[in-house]
Amino acid sequence: MPTATYDGTPVPVDDEGFFTDPGRWTEPMAEQIAKELGIDTLTDRHWTVIRFMRIQYVEKGTGPTVRVLGKTSGVSVKELYQLFPKGPAKTAAKIAGIPKPRGCI
Amino acid sequence: MGTHMVILGSGTAGTMTANRLQRTYDERDFRITVVDQDDDHVYQPGLLFVPFGLAQPHHLVRSRPQQLNTVVDYKQARIERVDLNGRTVYLGGGIRVSYDVLVVATGARLLPEETEGLTGPGWGENVFTFYDLPGAVGLRHALERFDGGRVVVDVADLPLKCPVAPLEFAFLADWYFQQRGIRDKVQLAYATPLDAAFTKPVAAKALGGLLADKGIELVTEFTLGEVDGPGGRLASYDEREVPFDLAVVVPLHGGAEYVGRSEGLGDELDFVPVDPHTLQHPEHPEVFAIGDASGLPASKAGSVAHFEGEVLVHNIGRFLAGQPLDASFDGHANCFVETGFHKALLIDFNYDTEPLPGHFPGPLGLPLLKESHANHLGKLAFEWLYWHSLLPGRELPGIGSAMPERGKRRAHA
Repeated sequence: MPTATYDGTPVPVDDEGFFTDPGRWTEPMAEQIAKELGIDTLTDRHWTVIRFMRIQYVEKGTGPTVRVLGKTSGVSVKELYQLFPKGPAKTAAKIAGIPKPRGCI
Repeated sequence: MGTHMVILGSGTAGTMTANRLQRTYDERDFRITVVDQDDDHVYQPGLLFVPFGLAQPHHLVRSRPQQLNTVVDYKQARIERVDLNGRTVYLGGGIRVSYDVLVVATGARLLPEETEGLTGPGWGENVFTFYDLPGAVGLRHALERFDGGRVVVDVADLPLKCPVAPLEFAFLADWYFQQRGIRDKVQLAYATPLDAAFTKPVAAKALGGLLADKGIELVTEFTLGEVDGPGGRLASYDEREVPFDLAVVVPLHGGAEYVGRSEGLGDELDFVPVDPHTLQHPEHPEVFAIGDASGLPASKAGSVAHFEGEVLVHNIGRFLAGQPLDASFDGHANCFVETGFHKALLIDFNYDTEPLPGHFPGPLGLPLLKESHANHLGKLAFEWLYWHSLLPGRELPGIGSAMPERGKRRAHA
């Protein structure tokens, strides 16, 4: 399994770079992952979404889809795309250190 | 009085479940009530064919109670809400129905008004959906009038009923315009929120290849944010635009409205969360959900409801006997994909196994992931099977709930 090094710590990730063990994630890692994904600064609104992703993952075993995020995170879908332009669900999941959200078929 | 079983919804899943239960359990011990708000059971796979004049709308609709075993009690009423703690369903007109076991089978609801501009100017003129009967009929007239320009088929977002139907629409549009001799005047595009033509890699490659072969442009990762009918453009949330002269949009889906009004029953989108293998509600063991109403990570398709039905009826028996449930539903789905020119391909998959090439249900069966006339005939024959075998709750010989492995090739196509 591949690994990535964030904040000086190697962590296991999948082929697309998503954490496979969310327990290894720390907040300082988020800034570095975000920069790799083209987001220079994480604002409070970014953090609202990131923390929400992690809570949802613990409760449901998967990160939410964009539509569920828009309904439940307190951040509208439009704003989600402004915060995470290259796809909010996937980008925020990667920064939040959780596995890739399972989409429906 | 015996055990009272209440089934909400009498579409594909609810009707099959009621009839299967009636066949399985003695009516002296077991009473079944089915509730739905109208008397129109629509053969939904037929909606795809209406816009192309290949199916007549009135042939697709039959009476709901007439599809049910005569012993089943049918109530036509609006469902107000479910009181899970009181084990009671509240219906319109102040009617209350109490239950010992509840099955939620009210399917998925179209939510076009949730997308900005979708039901605004242009809706029913140059913007349509074929996912309900009035929309499919309107689109038929629009296609008849269409003599050239850009047609865009767009899936707003997931989940959606029959994820292959929009692809089939694009394939049939290619066929339809060729039949009319104007294909060279029509540009076809397919826009999807997915990163490929389909979710799973082998099928995505096969179906994406068909789009390319037929000259249909594929626009990926396009999540619909706004529809501008008069301006003829679809806009995604990441601010890309797809122009159109005629837009065929599959709107957002959600569960039934009453699910949202019933505390503790549904999720954010009003689908009912249940165990993916037992179909039982996590908080209320006497509540089950089946078909499109459930929040399962499975395809929203009638075939899934059919395969779930076998497991559900068995599990309800075990629940009533106080036995542990068999966690045996594997996410099995099976779809004919109509590709035009009297051909179709077939896909068969489950939670863990993507659609693979080979044959179904065994090595001498129908070809998988490959266009053939036999699959097209299978798709046409399915309508008879639906009314006369699936809805009455009969078994299909050789086709069980569990996905077959025989006849499949694991090596990538």
